[in-house]
Amino acid sequence: MYKVILATRYLLKRRITYFAVLAVALCVFIVVVVMTVMTGLVNDFKDKNHSFAGDCVVGTESLVGFPYYEDFISSLAGRDFVEAVSPAIKSYALLTVRLRDLNIVNIGVEIVGIDPIAHSRATGFAETLYYRKGDVSRAFVPSYDPNLLGCVLGIDIVMERDSRSEYPYEASPAEIAFSISCFPLTAKGALAKAGAGLVNTQTFYYSDASHSGLARVDGSTVYLQFEQAQLLCGMAGPVKRISAIHIKFKPDVKLQDGCEKVTSLWQNFKRQTAGREQADLLDTVTVQSWKDHRRAFIAAMEKEQTMLIVMFGFVGITTVFIVFVVFYMIISHKTKDIGILKSVGASNADIVGLFSGFASLVGLLGACIGLLGGWAFLLKINRIESWLFEHFGFQLWNRTIFAIGDIPNRVDAGVLLAIAASAIAACLLGALVPTWQAAASKPVETLRAAQL
Amino acid sequence: MSSNEFILETEGIYKSYRMGATEVRVLKGVDLAVKRGEFVAIVGASGSGKSTLLHILGALDKPDKGIVRFQGRDLSMQSAGELNRYRNKMVGFIFQFYHLLDELDVLENICLPAMASKSVLAWLACRRWAKGRAGQLLAELGLLERANHKPYQLSGGERQRVAIGRALMNEPKLLLADEPTGNLDSATGNGILEVFEKLNKAGQTIIMVTHDERVARMAGRIITLADGKIRNPA
Repeated sequence: MYKVILATRYLLKRRITYFAVLAVALCVFIVVVVMTVMTGLVNDFKDKNHSFAGDCVVGTESLVGFPYYEDFISSLAGRDFVEAVSPAIKSYALLTVRLRDLNIVNIGVEIVGIDPIAHSRATGFAETLYYRKGDVSRAFVPSYDPNLLGCVLGIDIVMERDSRSEYPYEASPAEIAFSISCFPLTAKGALAKAGAGLVNTQTFYYSDASHSGLARVDGSTVYLQFEQAQLLCGMAGPVKRISAIHIKFKPDVKLQDGCEKVTSLWQNFKRQTAGREQADLLDTVTVQSWKDHRRAFIAAMEKEQTMLIVMFGFVGITTVFIVFVVFYMIISHKTKDIGILKSVGASNADIVGLFSGFASLVGLLGACIGLLGGWAFLLKINRIESWLFEHFGFQLWNRTIFAIGDIPNRVDAGVLLAIAASAIAACLLGALVPTWQAAASKPVETLRAAQL
Repeated sequence: MSSNEFILETEGIYKSYRMGATEVRVLKGVDLAVKRGEFVAIVGASGSGKSTLLHILGALDKPDKGIVRFQGRDLSMQSAGELNRYRNKMVGFIFQFYHLLDELDVLENICLPAMASKSVLAWLACRRWAKGRAGQLLAELGLLERANHKPYQLSGGERQRVAIGRALMNEPKLLLADEPTGNLDSATGNGILEVFEKLNKAGQTIIMVTHDERVARMAGRIITLADGKIRNPA
């Protein structure tokens, strides 16, 4: 019992302890804020990638695509673990627009041919739209003329954000015509229109904008009607081809389990299709979870997060050192107490328990203050940033350039617990050496030293 | 020499310290026997090894050579845990500089030995008894109104009485006092000695170290330590 009383009194009565608590609180505060923002950015980025790709993607990187997708989709459709399936055409094209001032703008884009209803079931496509969010079936129907061929443009192709990260949407999409040209390929990968102009060109009209929140997608993707894209890319031959199948699993299906089932079905399908015309194209197809499919983009963010954790590991080492110094000083001043306690029968383990308890209290109090401070700061972080922007023009990042709107501030209870536990562990680690020295000290020497 | 009438016996206690390159031999074969209920004063010049001997008797220090027996049991054969229990239950220390814990109040300081030997749950179970015992000691020592004071709020004499209360908390068989009046004025010191006399009359065995012959005369027997040995062995 005296350990609890003494540890609490040491904490409350020794002013130097406040510095240790403050150091821990400050470190916890910084780690909570930075980790929350960084974890929020990474999670947000992952969510957007997940929404963009669906749960699983059966696809090929080859611009030729792969055939017999309808058969495979039919085999998937009846499965109890599959919620929705969407075939997609993916290729590259030249987008040309003639502006009112007669200037011609050409940009390279990625074209994605989809059935908007099926794709919205398998991915979060519908949520990315602005004008047709509630009626995705009309995504490719321009509101100003339903008879025209519509296209959905990545938002950053058609407009720029303002400094508050908002897009200047108009009440309805402007009537803009785009020419989209791409090189159709044969099943062998040769140019399908060799000797006949090489390219397929089709005019589309701006019907909606897609804001996925993924800078690369929003800046270079044009969604077209599935059949139109298939024609443009030369995939609409007698044996029709596509680039990918996006699959959404039932809510209770684990990602890995679902992907394994799809892989197994795909292997069976490949065996059954072997020997048919163009069946060799199926060899280029892979079955990937959305994480693997978007790995190239997610990995960079995850690496940054890992780097940040390592950097904050160094901050943790600093905390350990500060606690070590403070405890060394405190215990140096408490040698008399150690002698007294041993003279009344306290064991070495009791002394370790006393100072470990003291260290835990420092860690706990520091962690609580840091967590509360961090939580309060995160709660107001966007308001603080807005105020700084209004008064001093300061922004954490330029909203006209970066695809991130608000600063992520959703506090993760698991992360908070881990940080608090790390803070207490850091305190225990910092107090370890002084505590062991205290426990190992001879009572006679400590009492004699106290007399001097 | 061993007999049931002796609560404490030593045989050939040697102790030396290293001061830089020099080895200082403090005790050079101390033989001592203390009967139950005896009040023994150990006197000697400064640096004669009185405190060192007292610390060895209380298992706060270990001799280089020799045996210390408490109730017939050799302390050197006891484990660290048993020695902790010995210091907690069998012996009560009183130091010249009181050595109270500044963070605890008077009542808590007195309860310290009772708390030290118990877990939180065990302490909660016996807290009422312990506080009653501490209250009784406070009353006997005239400190009842000081129960909630911190050591820095007390006079030297009061602090020493708190130290006596702490030493008596677990009703030890042996009280070891190291210059208990050395830091007090004569009148206050006499008050402390009166407490010792009263305790001894009640059957308490006391070994007191002092350099003051006048203080030593309060004891039933005086042992003089000189040149690392007892000059007038029992």
